Amino acid sequence: MPEQKLTGAQIIIKALKDQGVDVIFGYPGGAVLPIYDALFQQNDLRHILVRHEQAAVHAAEGYARSTGKVGCVLVTSGPGATNAVTGLLDALCDSIPIVCLSGQVPTHLIGNDAFQEADTTGITRPCTKHNYLVKDVNNLARTLHEAFYVAKTGRPGPVVVDLPKDVQFAEGTYVPPIEVKHKTYRPQVKPDMARIEEAVELIASAKRPIFYTGGGVVNSGTMASKLLTQFVKMTGFPITSTLMGLGAFPASDPQWLGMLGMHGTYEANLAMYNCDVMINIGARFDDRVTGKISAFAPNSKKIHVDIDPSSINKNVVVDIPVIGDCAHVLEDMIRIWKARQKRPDPAALKEWWTEIKGWQARNCLNYNHTETVIKPQYALERLRDALKGKDFYITTEVGQHQMWAAQFMPFDQPNRWMTSGGLGTMGYGLPAAIGCQIAHPDSIVVDISGEASFLMNMQEIGTAVQFRAPVKIFILNNQYMGMVRQWQELLHGSRYSQSYSEALPDFVKLAEAWGCAGLRATTVAEVDAVIEKMLSINDRPVIVDIAVDPKENCFPMIPGGKAHNEILLGPADNPSNATPEDGMVLV
Amino acid sequence: MEEKIEKHTIAVLVDNEPGVLARVIGLFSGRGYNIESLTVAEVDGGAHLSRITLVTSGTRQIVEQIKAQLSRLVPVHKVRDLTDNGPRVERELALIKVAGTGEKRIEALRLADIYKAEVVDATLTSFIFELTGATEHVDEFIALMSQLGMVETSRTGVLAMAKGPVGF
Ligand SMILES: Cc1cc2nc3c(=O)[nH]c(=O)nc-3n(C[C@H](O)[C@H](O)[C@H](O)COP(=O)(O)OP(=O)(O)OC[C@H]3O[C@@H](n4cnc5c(N)ncnc54)[C@H](O)[C@@H]3O)c2cc1C
Ligand SMILES: Cc1ncc(C[n+]2csc(CCOP(=O)(O)OP(=O)(O)O)c2C)c(N)n1
Ligand SMILES: [Mg+2]
Repeated sequence: MPEQKLTGAQIIIKALKDQGVDVIFGYPGGAVLPIYDALFQQNDLRHILVRHEQAAVHAAEGYARSTGKVGCVLVTSGPGATNAVTGLLDALCDSIPIVCLSGQVPTHLIGNDAFQEADTTGITRPCTKHNYLVKDVNNLARTLHEAFYVAKTGRPGPVVVDLPKDVQFAEGTYVPPIEVKHKTYRPQVKPDMARIEEAVELIASAKRPIFYTGGGVVNSGTMASKLLTQFVKMTGFPITSTLMGLGAFPASDPQWLGMLGMHGTYEANLAMYNCDVMINIGARFDDRVTGKISAFAPNSKKIHVDIDPSSINKNVVVDIPVIGDCAHVLEDMIRIWKARQKRPDPAALKEWWTEIKGWQARNCLNYNHTETVIKPQYALERLRDALKGKDFYITTEVGQHQMWAAQFMPFDQPNRWMTSGGLGTMGYGLPAAIGCQIAHPDSIVVDISGEASFLMNMQEIGTAVQFRAPVKIFILNNQYMGMVRQWQELLHGSRYSQSYSEALPDFVKLAEAWGCAGLRATTVAEVDAVIEKMLSINDRPVIVDIAVDPKENCFPMIPGGKAHNEILLGPADNPSNATPEDGMVLV
Repeated sequence: MEEKIEKHTIAVLVDNEPGVLARVIGLFSGRGYNIESLTVAEVDGGAHLSRITLVTSGTRQIVEQIKAQLSRLVPVHKVRDLTDNGPRVERELALIKVAGTGEKRIEALRLADIYKAEVVDATLTSFIFELTGATEHVDEFIALMSQLGMVETSRTGVLAMAKGPVGF
């Protein structure tokens, strides 16, 4: 059979299909018209037309994080590509697998300041795991397959493939995806057994142990969460997780201490501070978690499981590094633990739990409920109760509402919680919710939002309406950039410079203008009914405006530059000396 | 606790593809690492491999980070810390232009002979010397020439290789 020639655009479609892509989030333009033409002539690949390229990437992130698959994006050259940059960096910071195809001016015009030309590979180099510029149509298929391989293996991340328009028109040969054996890129998945054995011995000897788990468990896949749960149950140890790892271990389990870090629970942070053995599985010692490095778990031996060798000893020096994939490592640890018939020290563990229960008794997430004004925590508790037992996914924007969501929404499964952790991108939540809803059309998807963040990508309501994604946008409207206001209150003498949300739209009317449902609660009594109504609407998006206490602050809080044991539990803890001089410069 | 700053010579074998040098340099500038010198050239035309030799400095923890970050770049084949791997040979090539007449000119030529620098261009009023050697050797010669009418220098930066029979 003679080799079949295809155009570059046809090769692209074929490669995406062969990679198992069923949805692509994108926005057209001159430099990708051949690809849009090829899309038009087929029915397998669904294209979701966003309203801004940043949102295309966030939507793909929501899709990817909720399915475990690679999210796929298509944007045009120049402004299309530059608009996507924030999304790409967001995906890089949170290790989300994305393949982003960008159009480029024809090869003979590259470098000539042609219309809508941007040095896309140059601009996105520090914002991606890797990127490619394809200049020869005969390298196209192989490069695309490689892009998917790089995006999803090892520590996942975004990959850009820049596609000059002439390459999209040119004819070439297609090659199917073979098992890629990359020349250079070969992440280590299987751990070194000697390390596993050392780790198991240390774990078994612990008197005050804690599991500190992270997004790497979610990245690794559902098997890793199962094995983590199994191992944690076998040991009886307490477990906490980062913002990115929520759901990998069931929040309903009594061994769960809640999130740790800057806005983590009192018990999780004190257990970290006082532990003697820390078992870090797939977390990266982020500064939001460690606080003051020199006072971070000062009397502990540390095990760190990570697939990326550059995560090891980057921020915190550890005793036993284990390089490998979480699922593989956990499987080996469990096997060795069983084979050696390990048992934790029951007396020590009992004492440790007694201490932890003492911290838990502080009830750190407590807030002053009132009948006169809706507390944001109250609204989330009601939402939590209304969602109990239902099939739901939560995304968030960035700010206080995000932290309250992390504190108050319990997740018993991985891939149910999508938030922008590393970059902290306001405007992430709505498009991520749309991407998630596209992947799970029959599930409930709620974007827990702040009024300021919502405005950053609210144009995506149009996308949600067009593609019948009945996402619920649950705005905790405090009329402030609350997180900014909170820092100004604590660190800048309550001078609320530019952090007041002026000239807000009427969110109910805004919803109606788009043909969505708009709901509002201004009193405590209205909250339940509004939530119930919101959950009953499944044929269009819903915007819910909850008027919450504008002055509520998010606690617990470890101020920048402080240690875990210097955690503030509420407004009564003297905030004036909350942050040391050298902590002021920290973000 | 003040941590000691160490100087390391690192060899990196990379695919010779567009952008690879930008990735390496961007990594150093983006993460605030030092580059004291960096040289690059293709070393295997058939396999499209280039070898980068770079000299950097930092605490032990930073140097380990630098190596891990370099290894993480997709087109990187191998990273080797030559400072950590036994004895090595380090060489630099320099071209040094000295202009002048009379006694200074004669003195320059005499020192060149002592330092085993070769004259690769001569006019009635100038020389270009070519000098190969360890960095300190080149530094010393340049310091001397700077007093004898040196008008221009060009250096390659360090090339290095581990001693003994084992290859990279
Ligand atoms: C306003 C705001 C406040 C925040 N406050 C907090 C807070 O109080 N507490 C908190 O925890 N976070 C907080 N964050 C988030 C924080 O900034 C970081 O994003 C987060 O802590 C990082 O989570 P992680 O350590 O799990 O790492 P991730 O970013 O999820 O990285 C995953 C790690 O696992 C590794 N990995 C990936 N795949 C695998 C695999 N298959 N096997 C093994 N390892 C793998 C990666 O190499 C990486 O090191 C906040 C963010 C914002 C925006
Ligand atoms: C794109 C972007 N710009 C600025 C910031 C800094 N920032 C962090 S939280 C925040 C305020 C968010 O306000 P809102 O969405 O109303 O949430 P709230 O804190 O009030 O719950 C700002 C401005 C950011 N994270 N992202
Ligand atoms: Mg707000």
